[in-house]
Amino acid sequence: MTTTLPVAAAFHHEYIPATPPPADIRPSPVTWALKNLFSSPFSCLLTVCFTGLAVWLVSQFLSFALINAVWRGDSEVCRANPDGACWSFIGAKLNYLQYGAYPATERWRVDLTQVIGAILIAWLLWRNAPRRNTAALLFFGVYPIAGFALLRGVEAIGLPVIDTTLWGGMMITLLMSVVGIVFSLPLGVVLALGRRSGLPIVRAVCVFYIEVVRGVPFITVLFMANFMMPLFVPEALTPDRLLRPMIGTALFSAAYMAEIVRAGLQAIPKGQYEGAQALGVGYFTMMRLIILPQALTIVIPGIVSTFIGLFKDTTLVAIVGIADFLRAVEAARIDPNWAGPTISSTGYLFAAIIYWFFCFGMSRYSQSVERHLARGHKS
Amino acid sequence: MRQRGIPLTFDFWNQTAGFQINQTLIPYDTLSSYGQAFWVGVANTLLVSACGIVLATVIGFLIGISRLSNNWIAAKVATSYVEVIRNIPLLLQLLFWYNAVLKPLPAPKASIALPGGIYLNNRGIILPAVEFHAGAGLVGIAIVASVAFTIAFSAYASGVQKRTGKQLPVLAVGLLLHTGLPLAAYVAAGSPWTFTYPELRGFNFRGGQQIYPEFAALLLGLSVYTASFIAEIVRGGIQAVSKGQTEAAHALGLPQGKTLRLVVVPQALRIIIPPLTSQYLNLIKNSSLAVFIGYPDLVQVFAGSVLNQTGAAVQVMAITLAVYLVISLITSAAMNAFNLRFALVER
Repeated sequence: MTTTLPVAAAFHHEYIPATPPPADIRPSPVTWALKNLFSSPFSCLLTVCFTGLAVWLVSQFLSFALINAVWRGDSEVCRANPDGACWSFIGAKLNYLQYGAYPATERWRVDLTQVIGAILIAWLLWRNAPRRNTAALLFFGVYPIAGFALLRGVEAIGLPVIDTTLWGGMMITLLMSVVGIVFSLPLGVVLALGRRSGLPIVRAVCVFYIEVVRGVPFITVLFMANFMMPLFVPEALTPDRLLRPMIGTALFSAAYMAEIVRAGLQAIPKGQYEGAQALGVGYFTMMRLIILPQALTIVIPGIVSTFIGLFKDTTLVAIVGIADFLRAVEAARIDPNWAGPTISSTGYLFAAIIYWFFCFGMSRYSQSVERHLARGHKS
Repeated sequence: MRQRGIPLTFDFWNQTAGFQINQTLIPYDTLSSYGQAFWVGVANTLLVSACGIVLATVIGFLIGISRLSNNWIAAKVATSYVEVIRNIPLLLQLLFWYNAVLKPLPAPKASIALPGGIYLNNRGIILPAVEFHAGAGLVGIAIVASVAFTIAFSAYASGVQKRTGKQLPVLAVGLLLHTGLPLAAYVAAGSPWTFTYPELRGFNFRGGQQIYPEFAALLLGLSVYTASFIAEIVRGGIQAVSKGQTEAAHALGLPQGKTLRLVVVPQALRIIIPPLTSQYLNLIKNSSLAVFIGYPDLVQVFAGSVLNQTGAAVQVMAITLAVYLVISLITSAAMNAFNLRFALVER
């Protein structure tokens, strides 16, 4: 027997108020601790050991970097205090750490270049920014030339030429990284396409290049760039001493970039290639408009982590006599005027904090892109 | 190139090098040839890489497993370790260990004494040296024999288990063999080794085994840095084993330890090994940063001193690159062979 309900009774005509969550779904601190810190005897032991370790490390760090640190005062004050960092030393050396021996009156040029670079990078990285293509064109095409002209100087427009031997500090580190990024990405794309090319010779050359470069340490590549390049190039054309490690850096990271890009190319379904070819689109147009935009987007996390590696690797250019940020810290650290028990630790701590912020920032960005991409795939 | 006075032959190989190297695994003095200096460099590179790989793997696995621990504070400490260490350049860490930790240690006269006759000072770490006497070989044979017996027994035990389903106590027998046989040999040979403890004489220590601060700093820096990457790989590998596997194992009544050992770890290793290989290769390549703190590895000795003295840039660089390529190839071949054992067998 069937009964029919009155239709109106099957529906509510007003919103039901939200019910509060069950009382025990949010654990009290005690139940949380019992579950997460003291669930078993072994867990108790871990809690005790790791808490002790963490408390010790944090208290050591705080007492060295903040509580006992010397904030103002000269080297005498720092020498008298062996327990804390000597931040006044960093303050006194800050200009040197930032610009090296770049003349003080011309430092606005460095600042200007860096501000323009920062704006362009922010434009490129901001996902919803308008006209990102223009940003890419400016960053990869115009900016390197304009930036170099601005830093080095052009007599014709009234900017005095500043020899690269005077460049140093953070500006070199940033310059090396930006040059590495700007040149290694296009080069990596070319190598990756070459590796997947149907032409056997092109493929063999690309595979050989990628595998050899990935198999040797960065230092040896820098050595090669520094010592061998002058041997094979006529003396008049020998690149500047700063340019040589830049070329080495770009060539080195291009090989790693190529492998990342290749992974992206392999992840694109074959239908995309076939669809493009069926429409009669040529190879280069297909790559430029269909394949590469998709492939590069999905490997952004990999590209960013290669950039992080590149940024950390720029410290190695010190081996060929380039005064990058870390080298500047080393030079400042052994200044006899500031000799003291805490100077080395202070210098290294400062350098570590700076490098950490850059690298951590980049890795956070890549994680956010990763989450964004994962969301895109689900919906 | 000939005009610039750059040699193009390998004549320099047998010429006298004439420079000192402070830590050598193979015989070397100032009268030795450049060729011998090359082998010293290769041996030192291999030594620090091998020690670094072992240490980095141990630290990395510990940190990676701690990150997945149910214990909140252990997981947080491990996460902080990874996030801090990974984002600081290796060179900075090496310089820190060398210039800010090991070099400011007190002079030998005021050494820090650790229990067991170990001393720390600014010339390195001084350990008691082991002196082998006649009969030490017997203990060595006993160790090899116990390994062989254990392997044979576990093969036999797995055969028995396949046929009858009975499990033999492999672990207990193995432990017994590994402690019993060498101990018996040790007693039989009449304590075939003795320790010589370092003593302070004048300004330095006599006797004992010295670990140079360059080596210690490089080893510490390399393994601490690489461990942070290995920890991430281990965490990713274990997390990639689907939860259903663990739950199914529990449902079948396997205890926690066996679930880990027989179900989770073999599947996780499959995911872990390929990226782990590339971390090992990175460690080997990064050992070339030795040049910054003066540890005599291949780059420092050969691409540094030898190149500067002979000027044979092309040959020296070619040989250096070739050595790294060969080491990389051998390492990845070994890891691939290891990987084959764990890979899924597919048709």
